[in-house]
Amino acid sequence: MSMPSSTKPTPPVVTPTLRSYVAGFVLSILLTLEAYVLVVRHAVASPILVAAVAGLALVQFIVQLLFFLHLGRETKPRWKFYVFLYTVLLVAVLVIGSIWIMSNLGYHTPSPSEVDHYLKIQSGL
Amino acid sequence: MSAPVVSTNAQQERTDKTVFGFWVYLMTDLVLFASLFATYAVLHHNTFGGPTGAELFSLPYVLTETLILLTSSFTAGLAILAMHRADKRQVIIWLLVTFGLGLAFLGMELSEFSRLVADGNSWQRSGFLSAFFTLVATHGLHITVGLTWMGVMIYRVMTGGLVPTTMRRLTLLSLFWHFLDLIWIFIFTIVYLFGALQL
Repeated sequence: MSMPSSTKPTPPVVTPTLRSYVAGFVLSILLTLEAYVLVVRHAVASPILVAAVAGLALVQFIVQLLFFLHLGRETKPRWKFYVFLYTVLLVAVLVIGSIWIMSNLGYHTPSPSEVDHYLKIQSGL
Repeated sequence: MSAPVVSTNAQQERTDKTVFGFWVYLMTDLVLFASLFATYAVLHHNTFGGPTGAELFSLPYVLTETLILLTSSFTAGLAILAMHRADKRQVIIWLLVTFGLGLAFLGMELSEFSRLVADGNSWQRSGFLSAFFTLVATHGLHITVGLTWMGVMIYRVMTGGLVPTTMRRLTLLSLFWHFLDLIWIFIFTIVYLFGALQL
């Protein structure tokens, strides 16, 4: 508790406001319902529909980061933001990399009937 | 912005450091969830002749779950606003509301799980269901931890009042709770909505 306080003037304490929570809540509900209605109305997945639903999720992610988790309301050295950016990079490598490698593996792995066929040829049948 | 400044500079500095440390933890948790999402993305076509997501999930049910969790995230925010106003009574009320909503969410999730298991669609049925249960139950486990933490904090506020330590922990708890709602956006979209579209 008896930590020496810094000599430079400390920035004003940033407290969250009711407005930011209400805005985040209303926007999140609208974005959720929008995505839900889009999927229920169109039973068939078109590339545009998928992109729209994914986009709505991404927008809601950013809305909640800003309004609920108060990212971007930091004072100057924005460490939280930098750590967040690095994490986004990690997540992108992890998710995209996994999907890429595993689908590539699936593409190059022969099906059981193909293996059968190959073995028959190899054994001269 | 008009809320009174309740902390001294030293207190504020300590809170900032603690919040940053907790933020780093949340980011590592995000990586954990990302690995589970990647696993799900890779395995979700491997139904091994069993049912697909489109056959198993009820979208209106999941939408209800989603809206409940979203509302609980909002009421957690209201508790934090009351905390900055040093309004102990409202902090307790909003925390109790948040707790109730969180419990309702968890109850719905567990009843979905038990229905799936009772129908023979447990995690042992297929690779898809293993990945589904691992991802969604890890989120549920976080919710359970959050609820336990919230119960302790409600008790602490009731008995000890809004002392600096309690306020700091309430700030961390609210971040944790909002974070879980953040993860749920992607579970809702990737598992349930994309599942319904048979992607």
